[in-house]
Amino acid sequence: MSSKLKLIGLSSAVSVIALSAAAQDPVSLTVVSWGGAYTASQQRAYHEPFMEANPHVTIINDDGSANALASLRAQSQAGNVTWDLVDMLPSDAQLACDEGIILQIDHDEMLAPAPDGTPASEDFLPGSLGECFIPQIVYSTVLTFRPGAFPDDAQPSSIEDLFDTENFPGRRALQDRPGTNLEWALYADGVDPDEIYEVLATPEGVDRAFAKLDTIKDDIIFWTEGAQAPQLLADGEVAFATGYNGRMFDAIEVEGMEAAIIWDGQVVEWDGWVVPADGPNEELVMEYLYFATDTQRLADQAKYISYGPARASSAPLVGEHADLGIDMAPHMPTAPDNYFAPIVLDNDFWVDYGDELRERFANWMLQ
Amino acid sequence: MAIQHATSEEGAIGTATDSRGRLVTSDGTPLRRALERANRRRKLTALALVGPLLAFILIFFAFPIAQMMWRSVDNPQIVNALPETLNALEEWDGQGIPDEPVFAALHADMVADLDRPRREQKIGPLGIRLNYEISAARSAISRTARAVADFDAPYKDAFTDAHRLWGQPELWRVIKREGRPLTTSYYVAALDREFDDQGNIVKRPENRQIYVSLFGRTLALSLAITFMTFVLGFPIAYYLSTLPMRYANLLMIAVLLPFWTSLLVRTSAWIVLLQQQGVINNALVGMGFIGDDGRFSLIYNQTGTIIAMTHILLPFMVLPLYSVMRTIPPSYMRAAKSLGARPWTAFRRVYFPQTLPGIGAGGVLVFIISIGYYITPALVGGQSGRMISNEIARHIQQSLNWGLAAALGTMLLVGVLILYWVFNRLVGTDSLKFG
Repeated sequence: MSSKLKLIGLSSAVSVIALSAAAQDPVSLTVVSWGGAYTASQQRAYHEPFMEANPHVTIINDDGSANALASLRAQSQAGNVTWDLVDMLPSDAQLACDEGIILQIDHDEMLAPAPDGTPASEDFLPGSLGECFIPQIVYSTVLTFRPGAFPDDAQPSSIEDLFDTENFPGRRALQDRPGTNLEWALYADGVDPDEIYEVLATPEGVDRAFAKLDTIKDDIIFWTEGAQAPQLLADGEVAFATGYNGRMFDAIEVEGMEAAIIWDGQVVEWDGWVVPADGPNEELVMEYLYFATDTQRLADQAKYISYGPARASSAPLVGEHADLGIDMAPHMPTAPDNYFAPIVLDNDFWVDYGDELRERFANWMLQ
Repeated sequence: MAIQHATSEEGAIGTATDSRGRLVTSDGTPLRRALERANRRRKLTALALVGPLLAFILIFFAFPIAQMMWRSVDNPQIVNALPETLNALEEWDGQGIPDEPVFAALHADMVADLDRPRREQKIGPLGIRLNYEISAARSAISRTARAVADFDAPYKDAFTDAHRLWGQPELWRVIKREGRPLTTSYYVAALDREFDDQGNIVKRPENRQIYVSLFGRTLALSLAITFMTFVLGFPIAYYLSTLPMRYANLLMIAVLLPFWTSLLVRTSAWIVLLQQQGVINNALVGMGFIGDDGRFSLIYNQTGTIIAMTHILLPFMVLPLYSVMRTIPPSYMRAAKSLGARPWTAFRRVYFPQTLPGIGAGGVLVFIISIGYYITPALVGGQSGRMISNEIARHIQQSLNWGLAAALGTMLLVGVLILYWVFNRLVGTDSLKFG
């Protein structure tokens, strides 16, 4: 009896040792993103499946992306990098990359190929991959309006209408930065979308853009935080508002706000991952990146938010919204019906001319 | 008890002396040493009491401020990245484009950088630094750095082919001017000035001037807010000070309530109240005071900033006023009236002067706090209700131009110190009563 007990005890001890050898020590990854609906979509499309496949990993969300550049530099200078992975805009990623505070990425080495074997560098949409930057989504800044603000037979439909206060009166909520506003001013003034940045790089082009903005200046309310734009529309404070297409989708389709999107002149930009240099869990982060940026995962994210996947191979896999059951493809910025006159944001231009134009814009706002 | 004991000892000292005629205490130690020991113990106790806070202030307050001031002049990027080029530029007179040896040195500097480990590369920070002075300098640097390993002599042509900026004397003037470990250029920019071709400091083109007028506006808004808190706070504080303690405490809770509510909640509440389709405008339209198209713009402008910040900062004015008014005996006013003063004269000549320490303390508190405020102006200020701190925050968080942010912050700090000094000369800070 007692020897039997001993045997059972011994064998269970052996199995415990064997188990603990197979399971790894628990690790937590700190992933920094934009919060709100966007982080929620990443949680469901990327984090949860990854944690399911790797039970020892816990992913902690940090909503610090809005100030990620400053925090990353501070962490790096203090020699204490606590973030594992950061979601940021490509222009910020370029600055961080120039400073050497994030890792350079070998795209074909570190990222999964498409299911048909196309290497990552060819599968991601042209121009989206950066030296240190891996895109997840295409988002766009769009013009939206309140249909109730205008008669049924005279609804606005283009960026030109934003600058037409005679036929489309009412206040306009624009973001308090030169980006998008200057592009639209030139576009509405007749510049071809492909030539906007060439024109904007000349002093005459800048003058022209500001002169166009002058025509609606008295009707502008500037917003700072992304959530303000849908709020101003919902409260009836403004007739037009610029906003991120995902937030507007959320406000219109999920919250039931009365508003419509004008896809004309949508300013298209990427958003994606960067890896801080000297992060605490580099190897695991690379494993996560390989998983979270593959074709299926990027397509999955579109179930939860209306941002387009950054891989060509993901587009056919985009299905229905997980909770609403509506077909997501027509709500993507890249859907053919929406992508008829896009302005592709030129990050190099903004990194180069941003300082100067922001000063000029701030001066213009104060006048 | 202790005092009595001490006096009795003193009494004993008068007679006790040692063999050499020195005064001693009752246990025989020389008095001087006993006093020294007691003194030292008192100093140590004082230091132990103050020490933790002193250390805290030094580490988390004085040190960061010193670091901020250092950052506003610190300028290592160009010196670190281009040592050879700067040497070669010594000879250059600042006119036209430099000659081949300078370009060869530039090539050597950039190639040397390619061999450094990535974290220690200097060319990236160099591009960001130069871009503060000349737009597009960053892409000139980074585009060149990608190709520089394949460059052949003559380097002058190779560089000017790689990016047009290398052929512009302005870029070279900036490299030569800023190729020093310390710089004044952040302060020059913070004062809306720039360097001209000859290196003189001149005003910026009018359409790029922002900071000086923002400083002026910040000052004006802060004064307006301080004045508003005084106008609204003085009667409340007076009324509270005349009430019995029981009711005064109850009403004080109402004054302090804003303190216990989240700043963002309070600010959002003002948005709901003040916007054109908000509670106040709707009520006015509903009662027929204004037409539907005559709604007031109460928010997203200076009015919004002043209203929201006056509300938020009101307790800082009421509390010092209240604590001062509590100590003014009501008998003074009665005495003034019994001596023939009319109520207004009695208030003006007897009561009001005694509240000045409270007004001074409340005013200084509100003014200094509001000068550095930035969340509320960012949310309700629109384009005309912004303050200098919004620009500082932008340079810290978004443009990452910490040098300029530090210069603006230092100027703000020095400005506040000067105002405080002036205030001290005029009113005297020793007469302030904070509560």
